[in-house]
Amino acid sequence: MVSVPVSTTINSDEVEFLCRADESLLDVLRNRLGLMGAKEGCGTGDCGACSVIMDGRIVCSCLVLGAEAEGRTIETIEGMADGNELHPLQKKFIEHAALQCGICTPGFLMAAKALLDANPDPTEEEIRFWLAGNLCRCTGYDKIVRAVADAAQEMRGKRA
Amino acid sequence: MRYERPKTTAEVTNLLAGAVGRAFVLAGGTDLLVRMKSDDFEVDLVVDIKAIPSMSEISETADGFEIGAAVPCAVLGENKALVAAWPGVVEAANLIGSTQIQGRCTIAGNLCNASPAADSVPAMVAAGAHARIASPDGAKIVAVEEIPVGPGETSLKKGEFIEAILIPKRSPRSGDAYLRFIPRTEMDIAVVGAGVRLTLDEQGGIESARVALGAVGPKVVLSEEAARAIVGSKLEEAALDALAEACSAASTPIDDKRGTVEFRKHVVGVLARRAAKLAYKRAGEN
Ligand SMILES: Cc1cc2nc3c(=O)[nH]c(=O)nc-3n(C[C@H](O)[C@H](O)[C@H](O)COP(=O)(O)OP(=O)(O)OC[C@H]3O[C@@H](n4cnc5c(N)ncnc54)[C@H](O)[C@@H]3O)c2cc1C
Ligand code: FES
Ligand code: FES
Repeated sequence: MVSVPVSTTINSDEVEFLCRADESLLDVLRNRLGLMGAKEGCGTGDCGACSVIMDGRIVCSCLVLGAEAEGRTIETIEGMADGNELHPLQKKFIEHAALQCGICTPGFLMAAKALLDANPDPTEEEIRFWLAGNLCRCTGYDKIVRAVADAAQEMRGKRA
Repeated sequence: MRYERPKTTAEVTNLLAGAVGRAFVLAGGTDLLVRMKSDDFEVDLVVDIKAIPSMSEISETADGFEIGAAVPCAVLGENKALVAAWPGVVEAANLIGSTQIQGRCTIAGNLCNASPAADSVPAMVAAGAHARIASPDGAKIVAVEEIPVGPGETSLKKGEFIEAILIPKRSPRSGDAYLRFIPRTEMDIAVVGAGVRLTLDEQGGIESARVALGAVGPKVVLSEEAARAIVGSKLEEAALDALAEACSAASTPIDDKRGTVEFRKHVVGVLARRAAKLAYKRAGEN
């Protein structure tokens, strides 16, 4: 297997790595770069636990090759908080108890961030549809949806 | 396995034509990367087409729309002109997977993966879409329904790949629609799908129609009998009954846990009726 050299931007840092041609971006993040936030729930695009934002769009990192990251901009959960200051979505997930085991949480947070970046005032239905590719086996979706709606409201307030 | 990201179409066709072993084009990867994870899937070369700028563009030409083979389905939904002209095609494309999948998946990939249940394919066929195929010998244009030949099999030859999907200019008083049946409300594979495109005459009668059915045969079914059943009508009940009957007759579905033959043959008629009504309404609005 030929190694592929890749230069990319992850959470505003320029990063270079070598990966196998068939290695997923998820495996690169976790096994080569020590970014363990994105999780592998299924490896086949069904659960969303591996969600990251690539060039402004939410994608499953298990269905992206590490080699495809060349020249792109990637955001992961590790870049969400501003230093020690949690992102409003992160605070609201804690406040609403929108997590239990936490395996799905980084994926939900990244997907929710992508939603609020695109649509600061989503309806409940829009939140549910947008997050349909993120599965949670413990918490149930109501608390998650409420946390996202509450964060959206708070963020709109700040912007105004 | 080798990964290549060429900058020109010629490099893609040369790489594919010269490949030793199994070579695959990589668009959104939402089918290919899933398959690569299974142990019995062999791949020697992956050719990523996303570094070729024209592959990521939608352009409006005198003949209609040209959709580059790497344009993600989410981008189709953000293109106002395309949504206005071909809402059925865009809705079908936007049914594929989740938000995460939408940011990556393409209609050319949906077509070349050649699943009988591919959602965007009946809608493209109903719209009369074509594929522009590049090869080392030059480009050619082929009707979308000629690309899949059976489950997982296409008519593309070694060295060939789809550069763009061409959707014709919508003629006046035309409308399209695609509907699918799934047991859940989203994130599922079509048990049956139906795409319809209609053009009306000045009096509101159907002048021409295309009816394409998904997941009821080894590949998409373009039924001329179904189209004939409604041409000349204004979708009166008798015409809708004839449409449903023709669709059931044109279907040769499989029996599996997601739907029996009988169920699929019935539902395909129901969906074709509803899709025809929606396409008719849309045709009357423009
Ligand atoms: C979670 C999940 C949900 C899904 N839901 C749906 C659904 O609801 N409906 C549905 O229809 N599908 C669904 N799919 C399947 C898949 O997302 C679609 O078929 C998608 O459109 C494939 O596009 P792609 O660009 O990702 O293809 P890729 O994976 O890049 O390619 C698919 C195949 O086509 C070939 N190919 C790609 N582009 C070209 C080209 N330009 N020329 C020649 N060959 C090419 C590739 O070599 C490969 O064999 C789902 C998949 C996942 C993982
Ligand atoms: S691990 Fe990527 S979607 Fe489940
Ligand atoms: S908190 Fe356990 S899967 Fe969601």
